[in-house]
Amino acid sequence: MRTALGEGVRWGGIYVVKSSEGASGLKSVPALLHRNAKEFGSALAYREKEFGIWQSWTWSETLEEVEALALGLIDLGVQPGDHIAVIGRNRPYLYWSMMSAQMAGAIPVPLYQDAAADEMAYTLDHSGARFVIAGDQEQVDKVIEVQGQLPEFEQMIYLDPRGLRKYDHSKLHQYSHVQDAGRAKRDELTPEMAKRIAVLDYDSTCVMLYTSGTTGKPKGVVLSNRNVIETSKSSSEFDGLRQTDDILAYLPMAWVGDFIFSVGQALWSGFCTNCPESADTMHVDLREIGPTYYFAPPRVFETQLTNVMIRMEDAGAFKQRMFHYFMAHARKVGPAILDGKPVGFMDRIKYGLGELMVYGPLKNTLGFSRVRVGYTAGEAIGPEIFDFYRSLGINLKQLYGQTEATVFITAQPDGEVRSDTVGVQCPGVELKIEPNGEVFYRSPGVFVEYYKNAESTADTKDAEGWVATGDAGFIEEDTGHLRIIDRAKDVGQMASGALFAPKYVENKLKFFPNILEAVVFGDAREECTAFINIDLTAVGNWAERNNIAYASYQELAGHPQVLATIQAHVEDVNQSVAEDEMLSGCQVHRFIVLHKELDADDGELTRTRKVRRRIIEEKYADIIAALYDGSVLVSTTTEVTYEDGRKGSISATLEIRSAATSAVAQKMAAE
Amino acid sequence: MLDQTEGYTTADGRKIGGVVMEMKNITLRFGGVEAIKDISFDIREGEIRAIIGPNGAGKSSMLNVISGFYIPQEGQVYYKGAPRPQMKPFEVARQGIARTFQNIALFEGMSVLDNVMTGRLTHMKTGLFGQAIWRGKAEAEETANREIAEKIIDFLEIQAIRKTPVARLPYGLKKRVELARALAAEPSLLLLDEPMAGMNVEEKEDMSRFILDMNDEFGTTIALIEHDMGVVMDLSDRVVVMDYGKKIGDGTPDDVRNNQDVIDAYLGVSHD
Repeated sequence: MRTALGEGVRWGGIYVVKSSEGASGLKSVPALLHRNAKEFGSALAYREKEFGIWQSWTWSETLEEVEALALGLIDLGVQPGDHIAVIGRNRPYLYWSMMSAQMAGAIPVPLYQDAAADEMAYTLDHSGARFVIAGDQEQVDKVIEVQGQLPEFEQMIYLDPRGLRKYDHSKLHQYSHVQDAGRAKRDELTPEMAKRIAVLDYDSTCVMLYTSGTTGKPKGVVLSNRNVIETSKSSSEFDGLRQTDDILAYLPMAWVGDFIFSVGQALWSGFCTNCPESADTMHVDLREIGPTYYFAPPRVFETQLTNVMIRMEDAGAFKQRMFHYFMAHARKVGPAILDGKPVGFMDRIKYGLGELMVYGPLKNTLGFSRVRVGYTAGEAIGPEIFDFYRSLGINLKQLYGQTEATVFITAQPDGEVRSDTVGVQCPGVELKIEPNGEVFYRSPGVFVEYYKNAESTADTKDAEGWVATGDAGFIEEDTGHLRIIDRAKDVGQMASGALFAPKYVENKLKFFPNILEAVVFGDAREECTAFINIDLTAVGNWAERNNIAYASYQELAGHPQVLATIQAHVEDVNQSVAEDEMLSGCQVHRFIVLHKELDADDGELTRTRKVRRRIIEEKYADIIAALYDGSVLVSTTTEVTYEDGRKGSISATLEIRSAATSAVAQKMAAE
Repeated sequence: MLDQTEGYTTADGRKIGGVVMEMKNITLRFGGVEAIKDISFDIREGEIRAIIGPNGAGKSSMLNVISGFYIPQEGQVYYKGAPRPQMKPFEVARQGIARTFQNIALFEGMSVLDNVMTGRLTHMKTGLFGQAIWRGKAEAEETANREIAEKIIDFLEIQAIRKTPVARLPYGLKKRVELARALAAEPSLLLLDEPMAGMNVEEKEDMSRFILDMNDEFGTTIALIEHDMGVVMDLSDRVVVMDYGKKIGDGTPDDVRNNQDVIDAYLGVSHD
């Protein structure tokens, strides 16, 4: 008998692995949970701050909670193969919901909690979810609003009863009540649950995750137990993750990374997942927990660095001098010390003193005192930002991944960390670069299929299992590290035939703290132009310091001095772009500072904050036209969507600026 | 004399209980000015009762009569079935009446948590000495009170500012902290003096949700004064309308909306 647990399974908290294929015999999430409850049952599995105190659950308590809910779900009528949507902020209960769904034979589908109701309607309908587990009233309201469009939707379970007392409860159930019902029928339903778990194997579906959808509708990526468990295993081994590690779960539960870190790796390694009290308290909670394994997108690191710098400017003269003195030293020797390279004795003494005076307290404030492994991914990170954290002694590394790969494609091994590569292939991953520059990979993590979308599956994954990343890149010959240039479909040609790689330029622009977001245009055109979003924190702080009055984002964005600063940044970037022979055509000739922030609610960014080029091009067609017709001013009206889904519009007259471009010296010389 | 009838059921199915407070023929004068002229109405257990009216109608005076701050020259206030004697503000608080203020009155230098804890004052029994050595009963009492304070912080979603000094908070959040402090007293009657004043649309929506949830979750009886007609009509179970110190309407929001006197008062008809 081939089962998830091998033969000789006994339920009720105890199991014995007798035989199985593969090394471990742990073929499903429920199997891993049982192992953890047995092997380190009294170790902490989850913490959540609530009512000002960290509440905690051990692995055996977690198993009890998960089983109770699973029994309750079976009692409610969940059938094997059903999809159960999970919507809410990171909370232990919702992680348990996903495991309970698996124990009931169903497939969890975590969805982005900040999606508006109509966005949610699409994924709920597409997944055909019969059951929804929602965090609070806000999520419940959204599902109720669109339930008319969801023929398969039947029942909803909610976690926080607040505000829901008066709702019609014919389709609504409180989480704890479902658990109680499950507990009451434990004896009756346990054999059914055991049967459903027993049929789970490496090929059964573990989870379905929706891509953020840079272009078009989100796609449901089906990941099998093999994908999730194999990837979790090899990546945990790659970084030596231990049972005693701590992570902070604060990124959207619908994102593949969170599923792998907080469910896959957490179960595999048995470490503790910590959930913040609310989204706003994340930084305080980070500091209190002091995670040992930490992931954040570049934007989070950027924001933290900006905050440190702004606060240092308010510090006394002595502290400022000390900070800058030791930071300069850290930049010189910090990364080398971290990589274990030889560093002079006096430099080490000075670094040690710096640790005592500056680095240690600073890391403590940031919540990074205990970080052993830190990752950033999703976007390119500015070299200065990256070096800042590494020089403090924080082992920050980059990885490159995708939902379709169950995250891991490449990662940087300790000691080989650089800001311009994304590392070497992870264990078990094969890479190849097609002649057009697109990166392909094959690994145990390669997804099963796009749900209800055979056409896209075939486009992305070939018969041999190679998957197109959609990114253009190359492998460095001497180091074997992968470097990503841009999204393959965004790489184009300018009218002159020169290569057009917008992301390359945008990243250079975004490395300036004053610039939050940039969008570069130029495909099939004579010259490049750009949209720029200022960073309100950085620019606002600058304005305050220089007594520049402004009443709104729009006014600040249009301030002549701000425009002049941005222009200087653009010209710096042009100079740096000109040095690259291949991409020198991408210098920005004209730009505009946008009057509003690009926003996911307006569809301009994905929920993971990636730029949606086509939509921006359509929406701001009038401004783009003005960028190319030589006009100096452009008047525009833009529709905006508020968080609650209502729409409004803002009008503005924007000034178009021209930026000096640098001569392409090398190219001339080469010819 | 008192109306002790059984209460009623609201449109959304909530059961409203007996009378908590009754105003009987209240008249309040400042020198020669009659701020309130012979007004009678009641507040029932579990309901959201609004007092509205144009500027200078006497709403705030009415709230001060309810809270015991002003003593009416004529008429009687009945609280929980008995005539209420003249009382000091702290005695009123002990009786289970809490309030917020139109102009925020918080301890600016103290943290949000400490401000909310002051709302628990009437529930603390250990003396100064016990508090000072903080052993046994005092410690247990503070822990219990902190637990309630934290529930309210969680309820009003102000966890992120728990340790922030109140002086550093924006206006909208201060309003919420003041509400938290009032709620911490676990009042049997909560008086809100213009809870939405000076707020933007989003803050008003949040505040409305908190008021409704509070009533729903804790069964708190709420009497509120408010300018914003839309808000009042959405929130309240029954509304008293005042104009020039007189009661010109009393009933459900729909009744009041269709009352000709109320329409005249708000749209402006010349007074003879």
